[in-house]
Amino acid sequence: MPDPTLPAPATPTGAAPAGALPIGAVPTGADAGRRTTPPGQRLPVLDVEGLGVRLGGRQVLSDVSFHLCQGEVAGLIGSNGAGKTTLLRAVLGLTPVSAGHVSVAGSRGRRPPVGYVPQKVVLDPDLPIRARDLVQLGQDGHRWGLPWPSAAKRAATEELLAGVGALHLADARVGQLSGGELQRVLVAHALAGGPRLLLLDEPLANLDLRSARDTVALLDCIARQQGIAVLMSTHDVNPLMGVMDRVVYLAGGRAATGPTADVVRSDVLSSLYGHHVDVLHAHGRVIVSIGDDAHRDDGCDAVPASAGVLADEPEPSRSGWR
Amino acid sequence: MLSGLFSAFMLHSWEATSVVAVAAGVVGFFVVLRGSTFAAHAIPQGAFTGAAAAALLGTSTLLGAGVFSFLAVGALARWGRRGRHDVVTALVLVIMLATGSLFLSVGSQYAQQTFSLLFGEPLAVSSAYLWPTVGLAAACTGLVLVSYRRLLLTSAAPELAGAGGVSPAAVNFWFLLAIGAATTLALPVVGALLVFSLMIGPPAAARSLTARPGVALGLSVLLALVTTWAALVGAYWSNWPLGFFVGVAAVLWYLLGRGAKAWGHRPRTAPAVGSSR
Amino acid sequence: MSVLHAVFAPGFFSNGPVQAALVMGAVVALVCAPVGVLAVLRGQAFAGHAFADITSTGGSAAVLLGISPVLGFAASAAAGAASMEGLGARQRGDRDLVTGTVLGGALGLSALLLYLSTTRQGTSGATVSVLFGSIFAVSAANWPWVLSLGLPALAVVAAAYRPLLLGSVSPELAAARGVRARLVSAMYLGALAASVALSALTIGAVLSTALLVGPAAAALGLSSRPGRAMAWAGAIAVVSVWAGIVLAYDSYSWPPVGRGWPVSFFVVALVTAFYAVSRAGVRRRPRRQPAGRGS
Ligand SMILES: Nc1ncnc2c1ncn2[C@@H]1O[C@H](COP(=O)(O)OP(=O)(O)OP(=O)(O)O)[C@@H](O)[C@H]1O
Ligand SMILES: [Mg+2]
Repeated sequence: MPDPTLPAPATPTGAAPAGALPIGAVPTGADAGRRTTPPGQRLPVLDVEGLGVRLGGRQVLSDVSFHLCQGEVAGLIGSNGAGKTTLLRAVLGLTPVSAGHVSVAGSRGRRPPVGYVPQKVVLDPDLPIRARDLVQLGQDGHRWGLPWPSAAKRAATEELLAGVGALHLADARVGQLSGGELQRVLVAHALAGGPRLLLLDEPLANLDLRSARDTVALLDCIARQQGIAVLMSTHDVNPLMGVMDRVVYLAGGRAATGPTADVVRSDVLSSLYGHHVDVLHAHGRVIVSIGDDAHRDDGCDAVPASAGVLADEPEPSRSGWR
Repeated sequence: MLSGLFSAFMLHSWEATSVVAVAAGVVGFFVVLRGSTFAAHAIPQGAFTGAAAAALLGTSTLLGAGVFSFLAVGALARWGRRGRHDVVTALVLVIMLATGSLFLSVGSQYAQQTFSLLFGEPLAVSSAYLWPTVGLAAACTGLVLVSYRRLLLTSAAPELAGAGGVSPAAVNFWFLLAIGAATTLALPVVGALLVFSLMIGPPAAARSLTARPGVALGLSVLLALVTTWAALVGAYWSNWPLGFFVGVAAVLWYLLGRGAKAWGHRPRTAPAVGSSR
Repeated sequence: MSVLHAVFAPGFFSNGPVQAALVMGAVVALVCAPVGVLAVLRGQAFAGHAFADITSTGGSAAVLLGISPVLGFAASAAAGAASMEGLGARQRGDRDLVTGTVLGGALGLSALLLYLSTTRQGTSGATVSVLFGSIFAVSAANWPWVLSLGLPALAVVAAAYRPLLLGSVSPELAAARGVRARLVSAMYLGALAASVALSALTIGAVLSTALLVGPAAAALGLSSRPGRAMAWAGAIAVVSVWAGIVLAYDSYSWPPVGRGWPVSFFVVALVTAFYAVSRAGVRRRPRRQPAGRGS
């Protein structure tokens, strides 16, 4: 097992298969060209092809295809209920797929280690488990038998905690950590298994602006230094714009995928939503605004605060931003 | 043989079981919705302690049962606010049982009467019992129906309810009190050990048959009535304890609910969202 | 010396049943402690209690059928665990409903058995004594059963220790880590059933629930490490049982003289006191010890 804490630079070995990207295989934008190695030369870690998922008799995802290479950071973007969690769970093998296939690091049989940080982990405050125990369980939580303490394991655990800046939390009960602190410990837990793929579900949801920026920087650093592919879901593109190599954009059960600059584009998103979508660049931020009823989607301030007007207006047509 | 089933003597049993069923169906609907099965199992054990205490002091059994059910409710509501619910419930339960066995061993009374309360004796329900039963049933059904929306809200989203000015702790206390009242009135009929079966079986099936809370509540009452009537007929016919039929019926209702759910989840031609384009 | 005499009534240590109760009580307490900590962490206290009533029903059925009660306990534990697993609900909320349903079925059967035993044999003694049990009734002949129920339960906890812990933090994390959740939880349910059958058989249904849940819940506040919490739970359980036996033995000289108070009363009171003290201590303590930052 490779030690996950050591920086393992992503060294491309041999010719990686050029991924069949649905949209624009060549990175063109400034953001996508950020890496020193072009994505085409890295080893593919995750390959999703024609994925379909039905839940409770409803087609939640259909025909989702994308791939992810070593050391890449990908954003899984979509509004509430778009299917982000479902997609991540399908990649993990926790949700049965109804069509297509998912393969991690080329293997379709045995389950390779995949790190996962769920969207919400609710812990009882009296749980007698410390942060270091939880990280330790990330290494050997699936093993049978009693654990034997060893100096090497202890050192590895502390190194992982230090890597996410949570060493000072090592002896705290996990149930008493704050949302942001728990997030770091969970990232260390996820990394402990030595994964080649790290999945994070809404890692920025409970964080203030600074912690969100720190977390994004941390994940970017993990991806770059250890050559781990990172796929994280979020409903807002903007915090990831600087670090994201690739986007999987979910709306209406379908997905637009490809290098960031190729997906977050007016024409691509317009065809995805079936509405006219504007992508505005302002001060390094990207604002996605949708179609004719964009003023309704932006919030209430665009609507006159008069009950009569609200009542007379017809229902806005359905859009991705519900 | 069955003609005696509707004799004047049995009339009281019919009335009492029906009243008990309505109360159990209404309260039980929220027991299942809120996941309070363990509490509904534990509170009636206070009745056993109460009966033992009443035997020791020579007072009315039903009064003792009511008082100790209320004590159990108070302890659950108070300690359950912090800490784990199931732990607190288990501790209250064993305290009640241990205290009851202390009363029994210290007292010299014959324990038979106390144990009959554990399993119920519906065929011996007297007319003097009927009006208190109706009153108590009306009170606890009223309590639940008055706080219907609060109960629904705090079951679905406790933190939401807290923000809306509804105190989940207070709602929980009143709800546990309703369980206690329903328990006390059901005791002589179904027995302390099987009251909770009557509370969870019918609603478990009802909520699988419909997704609308109001309809499910009505269905739950209807199924509880069917359960007690069938159990009464069975008990009369076989002379076996009513609780046995109630316990078995609850298992059957649960299985029916599971079956209905599985049936409803067959792949249907439901409109797939987002695939219209 | 006189103090010693005041605590340990004369004849305490030379009394055969008392010696057996002390040993058996400690063994049961030590089996229940680790199983109980996991039951509390996994939110399965209700199932733990349910098994006590279910196995007691099995015991009284065996008495009625004229076979060994021990066999009744073991068989009903297996049947109870199998039906809970068979009806198994996926969500945590529904799990209690399944437990209650199975328990209700067992209690209904228990009502029938009580009726049959009173009409056939004119006594309700068997069912009732099984339900409440007495630690002083433990006989040496039970040893093989104690071992064959207790050792497998402990073996399961040891074998699935890490998957069980990770699953109690978050079932989702465990599943992502490749833990076979259904297998592990079925194994644990079996261990829970076996250890509760053991304690219901030897010390009665009431005490079985008290020893499973009380010491475990008290121990959670005493250590932030899973192994140590289990050790604390074991210590609290053994102390409660032993002190309860001493007090019950002493109580023969309390009013009403010569009747004796039940052991279960004392043990439950002690366990509850431990829980209350532990909770109060947790509330008093600062939320988390400030650790040296960046150490
Ligand atoms: N077990 C389930 N049974 C039926 N439908 C489900 C189930 N789980 C999820 N869904 C539905 O699938 C859709 C996608 O859910 P998912 O949790 O993947 O959304 P999401 O993109 O993660 O949303 P959010 O941003 O709110 O977390 C939702 O409409 C949801 O209602
Ligand atoms: Mg989600």
